[in-house]
Amino acid sequence: MRTPVVLSLVGIAFLGLPVVAPAYYVTLMLPFMAYGVVLLGLNLLFGYTGLVSFGHALFIGIGAYTGAVLTTHLGVRHMELILPAAALAAAVVAAPVGALCVRYVKIYFGMLTLAFGMVFYTFLLKFYKLTGGDEGMRMLRPYLLGSEWTGYSKTAYLIGPYYYFSLAVLVLATLLMWRIIGSPFGLCLKTIRDNPLKAESLGVSVPRYRWYAFMISAVYAAVGGALLATPTGNVDPTLAYWTHSGNIVFMVLLGGFGSFFGPLLGAFAFIFLQDTVMSVFPYWRLIFGAVLAFIVIFAPGGLMGLFARRRRPVEVSRA
Amino acid sequence: MTANLVNILMGGVFHAAILFLVAAGLQVVFGVQKIFNLACGSFYALGAYTGVSAVGYFTAHGGPPALFIIPLALGGLAVGLVGVVVERGLLRFVYDRDETFQLLLTFALVLMLEDLIRMTWGTAPVSTGGLYLNYGQARILGATVPVYNLIVIAASLAIALGIGWLLSRTVFGRIIRASADNREMAEALGVDMRWVYVRVFTLGTMLGTLGGALVIPATAAMSEMGIELIVEAFAVVVIGGLGSMRGAFVGALVVGVLRSVAISVYPELEMLLIYLIVIAVLIWRPRGLFGAAAA
Repeated sequence: MRTPVVLSLVGIAFLGLPVVAPAYYVTLMLPFMAYGVVLLGLNLLFGYTGLVSFGHALFIGIGAYTGAVLTTHLGVRHMELILPAAALAAAVVAAPVGALCVRYVKIYFGMLTLAFGMVFYTFLLKFYKLTGGDEGMRMLRPYLLGSEWTGYSKTAYLIGPYYYFSLAVLVLATLLMWRIIGSPFGLCLKTIRDNPLKAESLGVSVPRYRWYAFMISAVYAAVGGALLATPTGNVDPTLAYWTHSGNIVFMVLLGGFGSFFGPLLGAFAFIFLQDTVMSVFPYWRLIFGAVLAFIVIFAPGGLMGLFARRRRPVEVSRA
Repeated sequence: MTANLVNILMGGVFHAAILFLVAAGLQVVFGVQKIFNLACGSFYALGAYTGVSAVGYFTAHGGPPALFIIPLALGGLAVGLVGVVVERGLLRFVYDRDETFQLLLTFALVLMLEDLIRMTWGTAPVSTGGLYLNYGQARILGATVPVYNLIVIAASLAIALGIGWLLSRTVFGRIIRASADNREMAEALGVDMRWVYVRVFTLGTMLGTLGGALVIPATAAMSEMGIELIVEAFAVVVIGGLGSMRGAFVGALVVGVLRSVAISVYPELEMLLIYLIVIAVLIWRPRGLFGAAAA
């Protein structure tokens, strides 16, 4: 009833935005869409499986560096190849890392993911010859749909073809995630979150399902990371730093981890709020820290929770 | 050869002494309040900057340079009182929440404190200059070690013993241990938890700020020092075991010395080695070396 209307309005707004909005705001939409993909995956782990990763920036880093290595060193410029390569690289790393991490829950899961994230960060920082150290690596402008888009200036390329390409990736990622969450697999994850013992006794292999969720979220993060690298033009180790992991968890919470579209709203609010705050006050972390504290204490359901409060209170209690 | 070895070892032990203070603060808060305080590194940074300012004020007003350690330690301890504000103003709202929210609230503190420090002291590194050389250098087995470093190591040891005495011999220590063990039971026996939490959190904060203040004569204060230290302190408590004081002590020594050895032998390995050990410990012995039952 209401949801389809809202979704089609949002869809029209997204399609028409580059035509009507100033270029600056269109370029801000690019990190939003990249983080949107990351957060869809992160929320599968956080909101739907109940595991909070404090090292997820690891996979953003993997995706971004895959893009940079492919474009600058290996001469692979097609985004249609870069994204699957990023996903593959993330899956290869996430398989063993996830298998170890999902044996733990809560704070131990968080600590283990943080440690793995920092291993990768240190590797990026210290192995200068391979990774460019703290200066990072350039991400060259990728080809889209086989075309180089040579006639386009940097901005025209970003707000034109790249914008629509990112939008298509985001829409595909959203549809796929919608299917995953609605599938029996998605229902199993929710059962595991709410009552792991019961899930186990119903025949759900809890560690294996957690591991699948971890892999999927890692792949999403890497695809988002690769998308993020192009507008930045440069990738550096801070992408994998633990505070970046904290920031993306913050985005999910800001939007509302209890709902499907919450993380997307969170990414949007985070990017635009950050831009607004930074333009008037250089210390955005102070404001954002206060916002985060406010959300944690008074509105744990996030922005979505504020909208939906009357219909369905978000349950937050010590599990 | 021995001189070199002693140098590496003493550097490691000095770093361990500081790490122990911060990690001890993390442990006492985790043990009693069950909150993993990501902001302990930020308190450390806050202590460091306050220490620089306190020493600067002291010397500018004619204080004898040889006594700089007094305003340094006092400044570090005093700014630790910010723990009261944080506990009463923020943390007390989330004790009955899921630990994810507690963790995120301390992350909010990390963000806020980082910028508060930038606003107050600016982004350029600040230091106390060469003041610590006032205490001269000691020669140990051919190596030259600043006496200041030895003082800090001794102070940290004394604090470790003091915490041990506090926990095992005093009424407050018994209450802390009882609350850590079984909060409901302690409350039922008449312990006012609000009072315990304020004091424990402030104690934890003060350990962190004191650690920051004491490290500063040997280095310079930078706004990122907090978020960098938290991952080291985190390595310490994982290796030692969450919530254990003895664990913090041993963990700090392991991390401090290993880091020092790695820096001089193969610098690329520095922190990588420590995180790999953390991962190994978490996988084979998630409780850490001295941890209680696994959560």
